[in-house]
Amino acid sequence: MEPSTAPIRVVIAKVGLDGHDRGVKIVARTLRDAGMDVIYTGLHRTPEEVVEAAIQEDVDVIGVSILSGAHMTVFPRIVKLLREREAGDILVVGGGVIPDEDLPKLREIGVKEVLLQDTPPAEIVASIKRVVAERGPR
Amino acid sequence: MSYIPSTELEPRVLAGDRRAVARLLTRAESGVDEARSTLDAMFSHAGRAHVVGITGVPGSGKSTLVAKLAADVRKSGRTVAIVAIDPSSPFSGGSILGDRIRMGELAGDPGVFVRSMATRGALGGLAKGTLEVVDVLDAAGFDMVIIETVGVGQDEVDVARAAHTTVVVSAPGLGDDIQAIKAGILEIADIHAVSKCDRPDANKTITDLKTMLALGLTVLDREQWSAKAGSDSTFSTRSTHVAAQSEKVEPDPTFRPEVIATSSLRDQGVAELLAAIDRHRERLERTGEIEKRRAAIAERRLLAAGEGILRDAFARNRTGRLSSLLEQLRARTLSPHAAAQRLLRELNLGGDA
Repeated sequence: MEPSTAPIRVVIAKVGLDGHDRGVKIVARTLRDAGMDVIYTGLHRTPEEVVEAAIQEDVDVIGVSILSGAHMTVFPRIVKLLREREAGDILVVGGGVIPDEDLPKLREIGVKEVLLQDTPPAEIVASIKRVVAERGPR
Repeated sequence: MSYIPSTELEPRVLAGDRRAVARLLTRAESGVDEARSTLDAMFSHAGRAHVVGITGVPGSGKSTLVAKLAADVRKSGRTVAIVAIDPSSPFSGGSILGDRIRMGELAGDPGVFVRSMATRGALGGLAKGTLEVVDVLDAAGFDMVIIETVGVGQDEVDVARAAHTTVVVSAPGLGDDIQAIKAGILEIADIHAVSKCDRPDANKTITDLKTMLALGLTVLDREQWSAKAGSDSTFSTRSTHVAAQSEKVEPDPTFRPEVIATSSLRDQGVAELLAAIDRHRERLERTGEIEKRRAAIAERRLLAAGEGILRDAFARNRTGRLSSLLEQLRARTLSPHAAAQRLLRELNLGGDA
């Protein structure tokens, strides 16, 4: 029922003490160039702030970039907060520097996709479009 | 995940449920047909909120100032929603909406709701569907709705046809006193806010604006206006002047916009700005000007909605029913004006409303 003309909406966030935002800006720009509305929250957000922003902005996807090693703390918190707010239809996608052994654990808690630092831009776009298509209209 | 019908969102929005508000905003923004009747209902519930437009050039400090202003609105016990507009790419249609970056301190306050919108090809400083988004936030019970326009140039004045009170933000260092007397954006201000007043050149900007405003109030204006006011006590201002282009109205020469010096960095002037906004609102109420503005906004919305219906119908029939019309136009056997009249007869748009 949703018209195909409505752009995919994505919140892109940096959480915690991680101040490295070059990569996340490139991702934001890439998604913009793919026709998406990208809401960038800026640095040093808390999981609570990111989830609240995602709800107010009614986004399809939360993209969190983490290069600080805090991913096993941050992602479970975001997923839990979304469940508590009955916002499970907002999909969580991670990116950044994340060890391979943590990937299955992140998927298990409900992170839809993890895009590591060597992911080509076209694949980032394709992944976002795929997870949104799989979820369907809401 | 299944689609929640808009009619089910309606009572939840009216009860202030943030998830429902957010979802309906998405549908208002996209003009989803399924949401039409619900948005119509929102329109009838709306009308209570004070709608404040904040506009100015890119980088003038609108978002930061809006964040500070919203915090002060909260301190006064009122709730506030912010519609923050940034541009869409003319190439991909995508956007980077960055206004939230400046609004971190508002996070977690249930009396604040921030929504980012992309212009989607609209050129007047607002986004497509902005006023329907404002309706939803108004109906959801927010006391004040702030529309922060896209960073504008000299001529994008749509916000004056959408807001009850328009604040134009000027930053120091962006032009001399000639810029200040030009037509356009500065004329629509009910209040001028000068941002970044922690900078030494801010006084020059304040002086330029005040001088410009003093020039606008000539003796001749005042006499003409008093003569008129004798027979007709109604007031009118810049915004209605802009809104009703067909019917030129005299600006009210007894009204002079205030110039407020602000510094978001030093947290200065924000309380004064809110006080000026509240004073303007009181003035609108006291003089009856508020009804004129509501009428001007309504008129503007009627035209915009009609235009939207026409554009949609045109897009649907472009290659079908209208192709011979377009062909005659291309061959210059029919003028654009004559073709337009036939277009309106052909499409007969009143029927399937």
